[in-house]
Amino acid sequence: MTTQDARLPEVPPELRNNVRIGPLDWLSPLYNWSRKRSLWPLFGGLACCAFEMIAAAAARFDQARFGMEIVRPSPRQADLMIVSGTVTKRMAPQIVRLYNQMPEPKYVIAMGACAISGGPFKEGYNVVSGVDKLIPVDVYVPGCPPRPEALYNAFLALHALWDRERISQLRWYRKDVVDEGVPVPELGPDLVNWRVVEKLGATEE
Amino acid sequence: METQTMTDVLTSLKERFPDAVEPSEYEGVVVAPARLLEVATFLRDELGYRYLSLVSGVDYPQPTARFPARFEVVYHLFRESGGPLTLHVHAERDDPVVPSVVSVWPAANVHERETWDLMGIRFAGHPNLRRILLWEGFEGHPLRKDWHEVYYEADKKPFESRYPNGRPTMAEARSPLGDNLRYPPGWSPQGWQSQAEEAVYAPLEAHLGGDGRRMPTDQVVVNLGPQHPSTHGVLRMVARLDGETIQQLEPVLGYLHRCHEKIGERNTWLANMPYTDRLDYVSSMSNNFGYAIAVEKLLGVEVPERAEYIRVIMAELTRIVRHLISIGSYTSDIGVYLTGMLYALEERELILDLFEMASGSRMMCNYFRFGGVARDLPDGWVALAKELVYERLPRRIDEMERFTFNDVFRARSVGVGVLPADKAIAYGCTGPLLRASGVPYDVRRVEPYSVYGELDWDVAVAYHGDIHDRFVVRFEEMRQSLRIIRQALERMPEGPVLSGKVQPALKVPAGEAYGRVEAPLGELGFYLVSDGSANPHRYRIRAPSFANLGVLGELCKGHLIADVVAILASIDITLGEVDR
Repeated sequence: MTTQDARLPEVPPELRNNVRIGPLDWLSPLYNWSRKRSLWPLFGGLACCAFEMIAAAAARFDQARFGMEIVRPSPRQADLMIVSGTVTKRMAPQIVRLYNQMPEPKYVIAMGACAISGGPFKEGYNVVSGVDKLIPVDVYVPGCPPRPEALYNAFLALHALWDRERISQLRWYRKDVVDEGVPVPELGPDLVNWRVVEKLGATEE
Repeated sequence: METQTMTDVLTSLKERFPDAVEPSEYEGVVVAPARLLEVATFLRDELGYRYLSLVSGVDYPQPTARFPARFEVVYHLFRESGGPLTLHVHAERDDPVVPSVVSVWPAANVHERETWDLMGIRFAGHPNLRRILLWEGFEGHPLRKDWHEVYYEADKKPFESRYPNGRPTMAEARSPLGDNLRYPPGWSPQGWQSQAEEAVYAPLEAHLGGDGRRMPTDQVVVNLGPQHPSTHGVLRMVARLDGETIQQLEPVLGYLHRCHEKIGERNTWLANMPYTDRLDYVSSMSNNFGYAIAVEKLLGVEVPERAEYIRVIMAELTRIVRHLISIGSYTSDIGVYLTGMLYALEERELILDLFEMASGSRMMCNYFRFGGVARDLPDGWVALAKELVYERLPRRIDEMERFTFNDVFRARSVGVGVLPADKAIAYGCTGPLLRASGVPYDVRRVEPYSVYGELDWDVAVAYHGDIHDRFVVRFEEMRQSLRIIRQALERMPEGPVLSGKVQPALKVPAGEAYGRVEAPLGELGFYLVSDGSANPHRYRIRAPSFANLGVLGELCKGHLIADVVAILASIDITLGEVDR
């Protein structure tokens, strides 16, 4: 029997030996181990890197070894978004909307030079300079396109990230954090990225 | 013989329209805008130019020796027997208007919309002149020479400003907002509403008349994509349905518009080569081929014979990869999920190994140079390639072809999405889509480039024009590709693979050229205008799947919504090339 958490209801005395109340951090290794073997990526390729992503899932490289062969077309069932290619301004609202629709815990891999920074197309008028201008990114995979092995290295990096995560610190289990999602950009005279538009107002005043 | 007929064409044009036609600066003729439709109808009906390949806009902000500052619209026309004809139409620099030729060649529809979108040239009489790659409400027309993007540094590369004191600067640091964004002066998001989505749905509500707000209950508008498992990337389609039947369908493009042409006009000639890899990213070698041929036309360099054979081998291996992927993705679209794709990807990996051995990269090969290829084949390459094309691939292609006899496959494909031959030509379709409609038009045959004229091979044709026949054509083309590769491997001589040496800041003589190859998806063309400097003045791409997509709405009309993904997969698009 551990200490009673003040926020939780009182447990009757006869049940106190049956339940464990308090931080669940002792479960973190099990929790992380099970997540490592059932990560479901979101289906959807953006550009060239998508074909290396498909190749990574196919016979020679065999993504099923990681328990990741279930690629979900619906963001509601996905844990991982692999941004595989150039994020254009026109596509930006959709990317953010898909990200907002994914349930927590969710992770983002920026695959390839374009998703990291705009890559070879950076100076283009319709290209977002990196998907991290829109949504938070966990792992960056350099390459144009990265080889499937490099993508696997990103999965392993994600696993290493989870080894450091503890349940009590995860924001989606905390009641004091309200997740409102990322504001969806809109298409105006240019892409209306609300994070930047705030700056625009600040400079005018 | 061909030049003779070409001269005949020009003479008969001049006889018929003495006051409307004059010689152009480089190639073809200049037509007076007022007489354009007459000339176009004459060319199509009496001289047989039924096939419009490309409409491009060119910006000339500086006056040249013979003409003032202007916009030019350039039309590339072909006949079944080859014979390119280039028409130039001039327009003023402020408020450029040119009559639309959609009534003569429906193929012009998408190209004219793109020219309006990126160059800002209006086409009078176009039925649906909206933006196609960017969205309604975007500020400006980016391909004009006086339009600069946010990260603009200089007109031409290499940019010296990038290394001010020996250390590189980030593009974000130079932009006032710290991002690739710019808003018009005085613009504020207060009270502003985006028009982009309404404009997408507007044509579907046109049949209602009036304000378009009253959607009757028996017809609904649905949206597919851009994130959808069957759209092969980020294609989006909006459709009007009556029950489950498609009444009208419009592809919505631009979700992968990477500003290829604007960036290309700033790059040096050679620096564009790796960018062409990323057009149709599954068949990068074919894209290299098209660009190399177009620039070599301008340069006038000879390619060593060994390099020609290597190029043909690489292009044909690419064709096999592309057709395999197309068959694999079609099977997953009609409900086999991943099985067909896994068969295709297994063979693809083996061919990619060959590409990697030769070029150093699996997908983005960047292998061709002007006047040859980057490096010779490594030791053991030919033996591996022979094993593949003699032993393994013929068996695997036969095995995969059994798929076309499958009941489900036939039920989903026979008689679906029929494209008659005359419509296919009118809409400017090329590649397997055109050949499945019974038109034996193959650039390798009508205008033989490289060593295709010396090799023994057949053009694959089928006659029903439905989805099934498109895949029959693809299987046959793969076999013909194997035939070509076998002959090329046997005949390939020893010798140099590059004439001259690679010059990064190569200067290309002033002129214009249209180089085209038969890419796996159809005719891939590069229209290049050089002003004699180290960067192209105009770098325009005729993407086969962009032109082929123009017919999608027509093909889907009257079919069930489940057939849309099948028809789309049979047209076979790559979004990198459609949106560029």
